[in-house]
Amino acid sequence: MKTFLIRRLLAAIPLIFVVTFITKAMLVASPGNYLDTIRLNPAISREYVAQMERMYHLDSDNVFERYWYWLWPAVQGDFGYSFTKSATVGSLIGERVLNTLLLTGSALVFSWLFAIPLGMLAAVYRNRWLDKLIGFISFFGLSIPSVFFSLLMILFAAKTGLFPAGGIHNQVMWDVMTPWERFVDTLWHLVLPMIVLGTIGMAQYVRQMRSEMIETLSQDFIRTATAKGLSRWRVLTRHALGNAINPLITIFGFSLATLLAGALLVEYVFGWPGLGTLIFDALSSKDEPIVMASVVMLVLMLVAGNLIADVLLAIIDPRIRLE
Amino acid sequence: MTDLIKHDKPATTPSREEAAITALTGDAQAAEAGALDLASSAYATISRVGGRSPSQLLWLKLRRNRTAMLGLYTLVAMYAAAILAGFIAPYKYDNARHDLPFHTPMLGRIHFFDEQGSLRRPFVYGIIPVDPQLATYRDDTSRFPIRLFVRGESYRILWLVSSNIHLFGVDEPGHIFLFGADQVGQDIFSRILYGAQVSLSIGILGILISTITGMILGGIAGYFGGVTDFALMRSVEVLLALPGLYFILILRQLFGTGMSSTHIYFIIVIILAFIGWATEARVIRGMVLSLKEQEYVIAARAMGFSNSRIIIRHILPNTLSFVIVTATLSVPFYILGEVALSFLGVGIQEPEASWGNMLVAAQNNRYLNDFPWVLIPGVFIFVAVMAWNFLGDGLRDAADPRTLS
Repeated sequence: MKTFLIRRLLAAIPLIFVVTFITKAMLVASPGNYLDTIRLNPAISREYVAQMERMYHLDSDNVFERYWYWLWPAVQGDFGYSFTKSATVGSLIGERVLNTLLLTGSALVFSWLFAIPLGMLAAVYRNRWLDKLIGFISFFGLSIPSVFFSLLMILFAAKTGLFPAGGIHNQVMWDVMTPWERFVDTLWHLVLPMIVLGTIGMAQYVRQMRSEMIETLSQDFIRTATAKGLSRWRVLTRHALGNAINPLITIFGFSLATLLAGALLVEYVFGWPGLGTLIFDALSSKDEPIVMASVVMLVLMLVAGNLIADVLLAIIDPRIRLE
Repeated sequence: MTDLIKHDKPATTPSREEAAITALTGDAQAAEAGALDLASSAYATISRVGGRSPSQLLWLKLRRNRTAMLGLYTLVAMYAAAILAGFIAPYKYDNARHDLPFHTPMLGRIHFFDEQGSLRRPFVYGIIPVDPQLATYRDDTSRFPIRLFVRGESYRILWLVSSNIHLFGVDEPGHIFLFGADQVGQDIFSRILYGAQVSLSIGILGILISTITGMILGGIAGYFGGVTDFALMRSVEVLLALPGLYFILILRQLFGTGMSSTHIYFIIVIILAFIGWATEARVIRGMVLSLKEQEYVIAARAMGFSNSRIIIRHILPNTLSFVIVTATLSVPFYILGEVALSFLGVGIQEPEASWGNMLVAAQNNRYLNDFPWVLIPGVFIFVAVMAWNFLGDGLRDAADPRTLS
């Protein structure tokens, strides 16, 4: 187990190098840089701009040189200063990563909580109206564009006033809130984006769960369990569920990238200050240190997610040994 | 060895396989012996459907799938409307009535009776702005009948037919906003039709490019194996592992801003196809790996055909049904990709219309709350994506050899 974890983490290192290098290369190759807007300002002298160019290492077009200037401090844990916001990248990115983790994590829990029972129901009532209804729900989740769904939810929030229409917390009252109130307020803001992201992810799990369950229910050990006189509930939960759930965990690893990509749009529409909106803003303003650090965080999140999926699989399925 | 097996089985009761083969080859006596067996076996189906090409079979099975056909009909209607956008839309996409921002949809306000209660041909009332700041309007007393085949702005259909006849419209100074107006007074109905040209065609064009690339690269990787395979598959894995939208955005900034919409359109297609080919290539490679061991490929190689000929003429055609299924199922990725980019402001720019950039107005909370019809393009995206998913799902079921009936 331990060697497996170490080996997998080591395997992630080349991936980080490749991805960050590609990102840097594209930033270097793209037209213009952060100083373009500053250059247009007549109040700032040419010498100062040139000095800044040297300071930010934007004066060279050599990809390897530029990459090295980023890589060397980054390896030592220094991700540099943001160009646009005068703060270290580390201080800017930490909170954003937590926000994105909160959103994606709760969306995952949401989709699993609904997908497993729905998939089981659909399999048990195969080809009946309940199955068809669940099939329709999963098609809905599969097809609805996250942008449109988010906007619908915001419209719903604005019309009914039940939920806040965007943002992560109440800007006005935040400073005078007790920690408990802050916690509740954040959860309150989390509900709608979580539903959007969770529904979209849910579709895939429901369909997978349904087909796995149908497969499992047709096997001999289920017939044996039923023949023993066990209740249907017990057969389903104790005998079928554990066997049907394995492939779901495998696709959880795969779907993580989709989830993170979907989170970008949901964050953007809901004004949720997460990693997605941070990267988007940084890309528009060519804030290279932020882009690079965010990309590293993204890859780390993906690797960690896949690792969790593998470990979970090993815990649930005794046939799988992690070597 | 074959003799041994034959003698192993009792001669009087032929196995299903033998019965089927003899039935197919026309041996009447043996077929009679196995008739009882045959009637209940899957081979009866083979003889019934025999004589049809695989694509005919696919179509037969697809036609029986109601949701898939619903998807197909919806798509045909949507793509036809997109091609005929200039004709169906009463106005051009950039025809802006700056004095009438956010006019309410008139779809439910087409009148059939005048004030006296007598039946008229369908008409709408003229519009008087009350408060342009709040975008409130009231009806004029003047009536503008909805006429068919009216002359208006000229347009082109598929760069070929030029005309100025529109399906319907009202005379000036009346104006018809079936789905309402946006923030600069452009007709949302017309813009949805013109937007469909962009949003829907990106799906087709993108899938064509990525499928062809995926087929060629996947075919090469599977056929040659070795270093080529290794290198191609590692890049496929990297592409599939990255969160697509982030990568799309990073690629997008490579091209800078301030280009014409045609430019941006092709950039979007190229970016999406650059990511999309990975899925196709992986599927194709897997199939080619098994196909290249088949006898007919070995025969083709023995006949001295070149590798490219074997790949293109012998192997790839056999992967076609699976390619069609994966392609259909991945069209939504392209449609949603364009929507995402345009919505984020790095895609199709105003005044050109696309379903994504039309939704930008809804990002403003006041607009969304007071003028919810700015969301209508989202309904169309949803329906288009759903239709592609229905069709793709049906095709997958139809192409599955296990459901041979």
